Amino acid sequence: MTTPLDAPESSQNAAPESLASGTRGAAGRSLRQIAWQRFRRDRVGMAGGVVVVLLILAALFAPLLTAWFGYPPNQFDQELIDPLTGGVLQDPDQPALGLDPWGGISTQHLLGVEPVNGRDLFSRIVHGARTSLLVATIATLVCVAIGTVLGVVAGYFGGWIDTAISRAMDIFLAFPLLLFAIALVGVIPDGAFGLQGNDLRIGVLVFIIGFFNWPYIGRIVRGQTLTLREREFVEASRSLGAGSAHIVFREILPNLVTPILVYSTLLIPTNILFEAALSFLGVGINPPMATWGGMLENALRFYTTSPHFVIVPGLAIFLTVLAFNLFGDGLRDAFDPRSSD
Amino acid sequence: MSTHHVTRALPRRTDPPAGRASAPLAAASALVVLLSACGGDNSGNQEGEGEFNDGESAVVNPSDERGGTLRYALAADFDSPDPGNTYYAFSWNFSRYYARTLLSYDQEPGEEGTELVPDMAEELPESDDDSTEWTVRLKDGLRFEDGSRITSEDVKYAIARSNFGDQALPNGPKYFADLLADSDGYEGPYADEGDPLEGFGGIETPDDRTLVFHLDEPFSEFPYVLIQPQTAPVPADADQGEQYQNRVVSSGPYKFAEDYRPGVALDLERNQEWDAETDDLRPALPDRVELEIGVEQNEIDQRLVNGGVDVDLAGAGVGPAMKGTLITDESRRPDVDNPQTSTLRYFNVNTVMEPLDDAACREAVLHAADRDALQRAWGGDTGGDIATQIMPPSLPGSDQSIDPYPSQDNTGDLEAAREKLQECGRPDGFSTTIGTRSDRPADVSTAEALQQSLSRVGIETEIQQYPSDSYTNTQAGSPDFVQNNDLGLTVYGWAPDWAGGYGFMSKILDGDAIQQAGNSNVSELDDPQINDWFDEAQTIADPDERASIYAQIDERAMEQAAILPVIFERTVMYRPPHLTNVYYHAGYSMYDYMALGTTRE
Repeated sequence: MTTPLDAPESSQNAAPESLASGTRGAAGRSLRQIAWQRFRRDRVGMAGGVVVVLLILAALFAPLLTAWFGYPPNQFDQELIDPLTGGVLQDPDQPALGLDPWGGISTQHLLGVEPVNGRDLFSRIVHGARTSLLVATIATLVCVAIGTVLGVVAGYFGGWIDTAISRAMDIFLAFPLLLFAIALVGVIPDGAFGLQGNDLRIGVLVFIIGFFNWPYIGRIVRGQTLTLREREFVEASRSLGAGSAHIVFREILPNLVTPILVYSTLLIPTNILFEAALSFLGVGINPPMATWGGMLENALRFYTTSPHFVIVPGLAIFLTVLAFNLFGDGLRDAFDPRSSD
Repeated sequence: MSTHHVTRALPRRTDPPAGRASAPLAAASALVVLLSACGGDNSGNQEGEGEFNDGESAVVNPSDERGGTLRYALAADFDSPDPGNTYYAFSWNFSRYYARTLLSYDQEPGEEGTELVPDMAEELPESDDDSTEWTVRLKDGLRFEDGSRITSEDVKYAIARSNFGDQALPNGPKYFADLLADSDGYEGPYADEGDPLEGFGGIETPDDRTLVFHLDEPFSEFPYVLIQPQTAPVPADADQGEQYQNRVVSSGPYKFAEDYRPGVALDLERNQEWDAETDDLRPALPDRVELEIGVEQNEIDQRLVNGGVDVDLAGAGVGPAMKGTLITDESRRPDVDNPQTSTLRYFNVNTVMEPLDDAACREAVLHAADRDALQRAWGGDTGGDIATQIMPPSLPGSDQSIDPYPSQDNTGDLEAAREKLQECGRPDGFSTTIGTRSDRPADVSTAEALQQSLSRVGIETEIQQYPSDSYTNTQAGSPDFVQNNDLGLTVYGWAPDWAGGYGFMSKILDGDAIQQAGNSNVSELDDPQINDWFDEAQTIADPDERASIYAQIDERAMEQAAILPVIFERTVMYRPPHLTNVYYHAGYSMYDYMALGTTRE
């Protein structure tokens, strides 16, 4: 669902067409204003966007949030736990009442606590969002940077350059990425490139995801560039004596911003899932740092006694990926005039 | 979460260091970890007779009623059902149905189960004064399934095929090759067409019923080597090397009903030539024994509880999902056993890297550790008992009173820890790394719990994860890697090949056992006093005297703070109510399969 191969081939047509369609006051309105107006009417996309914004805020202010609720993400509280089963007690003062089917959800612990060690799940989910969004966002930026540069170069210059870059994309797309990631993360030393421990591991994750996922966006950019460079305004510019640099930076790139923005939004959830998969396999971030995938893996041991522990991080991943996808779809619809009513 | 697969990695052979007899235990380490994998399960009692964990200390549902079919299931296949070619603890237990050995563990619940008794031997072997020559006499009236007599030559041949030469059977340990004298040039029975035992001088067979073993070095625990299934007799003319596993010639109460089908099934029926008069150890109750191979673990657990299977052969206990169900379901509790295995879960505390090379810094770690939290991380009371010393209670010489780092409620003594930090010149603490196995959730939880408790006194740690199939060999198992990655603390597990202190402790505490890869003495403890004690123990014939030396070693290693013991592991096993004579056997760390019967038609 997130492999953005179906490019909105006509989004660059948006400006002239919207002007031509002449909705009221067409005069001063830019593509962005029109798109925003469309997007506002798209309730599903808006909902996705709101969730995305909330998630980003939660991740940004994670330390503040956990400070308010009083539980650092790695702090044990084994008073809440039944030592026999590792499950969460209904009432720590009365162990005889047995396990809490809701996993200790209360005003103290908004999402309950983790079995065995009693860490606060809300706090770990919020901190996990930090890890997930950080890795996914930076990795997406890396994808976009590499993909845009190589895509434009391939599309604009064509010829053997295009052939070489396109074949390189094929090779990268054929790469068994997950296996490679597992192997590479398995041999990361304690420190390298001036980074230590988890900083280094985050760096490696970003590198793997970003460096191997760029061809998706690269292909789209190349395709767009191929059509753009034949367009009249480019021809006009060229006939007026503009150099390649001018054409690329002033004529082509501005028209690429929209598709790049849309596909970045759709790439982020892929990368979130990828990071979660690696953490689930135990090759991502080292404990005790909270990650959603790592929490899920840990939870599988307890699904009979503490089902909430599976559900909470599972829902977090699900909602995040869904929200980003809805948001991205909404953006695409908004920028793509063919979807206009 | 147990450690099945390490078996293959460890049975490397090491040459015995000069003047020591440590080689035999090279392979001990393998089973060590293996045994942890093999708690048992199955068993039962007439409806309502057993109570929770009765099977650990008593025979549940005793009966001498014969008949019925006993149904085993197994998730991953045998290495081989050939008694000469197997290193899985469950296989050592199961193969006794059709393969009698010279000695065996006693058939008793509790610690008595680790005592040695004769099986094919008339009595326990006698040694000369310096424990280098051991004599065993076979009972009269022992026969193979075809009616022919079992002779001392058949036993000697079995040992030869599993231990000697390039074509020796690959899976089992090679204790005999390491231990026996006068056999250096012997190429094994498959080497040439002539007499298969030509040149094998380590075992003499002066007559049909006598075996005399000659050892290179004194080795007072040699009788333990004679419980191995490799000592089960094999008629030379029936041997087909590794293919002998298809139809092992039985010396026990059952024989192969048809050929063994690898990955599918192995069915046994009664062997009419077996004489119960010669065998005190095998009541042989069921008429038939069936084994289904390749059943997924969760399915085995389900079928155990639903009555579709009687015993999970692997004996490692139920999987985590069923474990949660069983210990929370009151109506199932009477049919659940939760016995202590001989496996120690612990942290190695490195003794050579800064600042842990200072014993006071290591002691600070042991004082600060919250043992209660560590036990919870390992699954709480059903996961194991808090350990304050190194040797599991079932081993001779284990002294439960050793506890140099006591604390209120086992939550750690922070005052004492801070004092020790002062003493080692790091009053504000220090930092190091905890190594753990990424695919072992309990290992990771334990590491997190230790990290939490150490941070209370300023000892800051970072957790590094490694894949478990290389962990014991190239990460924790490599002193260079440990040094370069600052792995001051490493999560580890250990179980003995046999119930002796030497078998348990020498590989993890003896300075001479440190090696460059596959190292098990991860803390790199090289204490002259402890090394001397290990040497000394091997020349002492009296088991009690040996046991007291092992207790001294245990106590001194704890004082040196080279090991932070966490728990003696427990497994959760389901004991179906229709099983009879069920008890947990401390020697095999699972139910005693020879005793089992069934009331199911």
